Amino acid sequence: MNEMVRSLGNEPGLSTFGGIDCDLHPASPATATLLPYLDDYWRETFIMRGVDRMSLAMTASPPRAPINVRPDWKAASGFAGDTLEAVRTQALDPFGTRLAICNVLHGSMIMHSDDMAAALCGAVNEWLAREWLDKEPRLRGSIIVSAQNAELAVAEIEKRAADPRFVQVMILAQNDEPLGRRRYWPIYEAAARNRLPLCIHAGGSNRHAPTATGWPSFFVEAYVAQASIFESQLLSLVAEGVFHKVPDLKVVFAESGFTWLPSFFWRADKTWRGVRAETPWVTEQPSDIVKRHVRFTLQPVEAPLETDALARTLEHIDCDDILLFSTDYPHAQFEGTNALSAKFGETLAKKILIDNPLATYPRIAADF
Amino acid sequence: MARHVIAKVDELDIGKSKLVKVAGRDIALFNVKGEFFAIANRCPHEGADLCRGQVVGLAESDEPGKYRMTRHGELVRCPWHGWEFDIRTGKSWCDPARTRVKSFDVSVAKGGALAEGPYQAETFPVSIDEDYVIVEI
Amino acid sequence: MTEAQTLERPVEAKTKYNLIDCDIHPSMKTPAEMHPYLSQRWRDHLATYGGHTRQGLSETLSHPRMVPEVSRVDSWPPSGGPPGSDLPFLREQHLDGLGIDIGVLVPLRFNASGQRHPDFATAIATAINDWQVGKFLEPEPRLRGSIIATQEDPENAVAEINRRASDKRFVQVLLPPRSIEPLGKRRHWPIFEAAVSHGLPISLHVGGVGGHQATGAGWPSYYIEEHHSQVQTMQSVIASLIFEGAFEHFPELKISFVEGGFSWVPAFGWRMDKAWAAMRDEVPHVKRPPSEYLKNNIWFTTQPMEEPNPARNLTDTLNWIGTDRLMFSTDYPHWDFDDPRYAFKVPLSAAEKAAIFAGNAVNFYGLN
Repeated sequence: MNEMVRSLGNEPGLSTFGGIDCDLHPASPATATLLPYLDDYWRETFIMRGVDRMSLAMTASPPRAPINVRPDWKAASGFAGDTLEAVRTQALDPFGTRLAICNVLHGSMIMHSDDMAAALCGAVNEWLAREWLDKEPRLRGSIIVSAQNAELAVAEIEKRAADPRFVQVMILAQNDEPLGRRRYWPIYEAAARNRLPLCIHAGGSNRHAPTATGWPSFFVEAYVAQASIFESQLLSLVAEGVFHKVPDLKVVFAESGFTWLPSFFWRADKTWRGVRAETPWVTEQPSDIVKRHVRFTLQPVEAPLETDALARTLEHIDCDDILLFSTDYPHAQFEGTNALSAKFGETLAKKILIDNPLATYPRIAADF
Repeated sequence: MARHVIAKVDELDIGKSKLVKVAGRDIALFNVKGEFFAIANRCPHEGADLCRGQVVGLAESDEPGKYRMTRHGELVRCPWHGWEFDIRTGKSWCDPARTRVKSFDVSVAKGGALAEGPYQAETFPVSIDEDYVIVEI
Repeated sequence: MTEAQTLERPVEAKTKYNLIDCDIHPSMKTPAEMHPYLSQRWRDHLATYGGHTRQGLSETLSHPRMVPEVSRVDSWPPSGGPPGSDLPFLREQHLDGLGIDIGVLVPLRFNASGQRHPDFATAIATAINDWQVGKFLEPEPRLRGSIIATQEDPENAVAEINRRASDKRFVQVLLPPRSIEPLGKRRHWPIFEAAVSHGLPISLHVGGVGGHQATGAGWPSYYIEEHHSQVQTMQSVIASLIFEGAFEHFPELKISFVEGGFSWVPAFGWRMDKAWAAMRDEVPHVKRPPSEYLKNNIWFTTQPMEEPNPARNLTDTLNWIGTDRLMFSTDYPHWDFDDPRYAFKVPLSAAEKAAIFAGNAVNFYGLN
């Protein structure tokens, strides 16, 4: 067995007490559960069409796949995190979590009908507020939207932003087009206007192949490819000038991994020197823009923990502000409560747990 | 410090560049809108000849989707990796503090004047009636 | 934090060669250079229809580059024609100029695997291979050829490989990373079988037209993104080869990845290992952690050189990948060319230099 495989989560981690968990997944609601939160058109037609009995689980995030359900967190249903009690006893109490942001991974974000997508996203957000946020003061929410129709996404953001417990907007990593493209900009402007970072979470619509070489056979392969999609999105956001146009925008990459960042920085910075005239609004090297505007949730930590690889990678990244604590609960990224490797060191750990999330989320900082 | 005659003014058209070897150095000479500038020829990145690069303007922008070309003919793009150098200063556009080439003082003088001064014209004969480019090294 | 300044891996590489360039792009003055190698039927077809590939523009790459012919401005032959089209000038500027002992040709023109007309694809592949012999390999003993094979038509690809294999001047089979389906899929395995049976390695040079979007995030707007996406495409090819079990089935299979960078390889291996550890029950045919195949079956060429800031960070990358995995390449005459004298900004030991600049390629191609 090699280093990486041996090291998976066996090493005791640093204390996470008092931290802010920036990526926690309550189980996605059954469609019927959402009926009370839909208006009468959607409620009636969903029942008429049998949509209320359909699973809206996403191909990119199969809820029972081992990476998505840690065995010791799995309930009899085969899912995990499907009750408030489970989240309290598995995800909040053991980590000493002060606040946690709920990122619901739901197929509403990828429905082909813009209107159905918007109705379902609105219902999930309302469900999250009523069933979770109302009942557990440690929880915060992400406003989920479908990015494909910016106008409808903006309407949902504006509506939901009145509730201060919603602390960010969330979309998925793979959409119809790269996220820097201008069709998506109204979403970013609405987010920034409401002091909401934009969270881009692993997953996506699968409306086109997740790689430039076509469709991978296996889920494990597609999961690996998610990081490649994130890399493309990161450069798209930079090259299209999103942060020039919306200077207050903060973007949070969730479940993207981050150990690929040094390589991204090196190549993007080098290429920019040669071709920057193509995008003259990009007047700084891409790595500087990313370090100012983009944050990464901690899990998964992809580096062998026995070696100095993680420490060296952090030095290559050279930015203590960039990581936000996350358990990625109930996904299987580590064992026990060892979410924060000792390799991060106490000083950086505090930044990751508290300081960086506070600096990223104005709405959390406001009532912390 | 010596002054070297390195070219005849009329041998280098506006927008053109030329390699001159003088005092053991390779120097890229540029004619920018009738003004002459000289910078070290070797790109500090991987050693390409800057005298072979495309002479370009500066692409700028106030916001995404808005393009503006300024400083026409005042930059040279390295012929290999396209890094832009300011012909006037030798500084690169992307990293002016650390990535730069040496810039030399250049002047223009009549051949007649040169005959009397302390000039080095190793490479070619100077005639009284013509204008010459002088570099100080 | 400890500084890893010195490379740890000793490399044995005694060879009569000092400098092998694994990526030189030959070109043609005009498409008529193909005529001697095409039947009248295909000459007519070429003149009438030209190429017919899976992208919007028929005659050019999807994203215009920042310099004509993607090439060094100083590489245009004085005799006329595009860079790489004039053997005497290629000799003078490149082979003699840099003291290259062996140069491997990587012809990209006409993109046989990307041609939708299957018979034209085969005719073009054969013609390009004959053209390499006639124009370059016969007159210049320092040059070696790549067998162009039609990836989307494995039967004809195998026939072409079998036809060329006895000509030892052909040192590899060349396939494009962008394809209809990822390379590891079983329909491509006859190509691997043929390559292995002849002791030929396979090489993937960035590019290809598989009909998919250039990134998993969709079509990017700008060349800087398309250029970067070559990395993600290489990643998906590697993941496919590993997770499909190609290296388990063909343990002798050797594959090089050309012009796709290499600094991403360690983190990519870590990510694959972690995902495999969680979901190996999906791919029981993958017997070992994915990163082990990276160490045994896969090589990378060095251009475009990775240039971290500070430069010394590259030493970590070299340690993690292993200096036995890297083969020097210039990409002549293309714009992001690397000069062997200046490409590496970190110190290499004499043994490492010998390995990267020649020894590894000798082993990969079996040149001794």
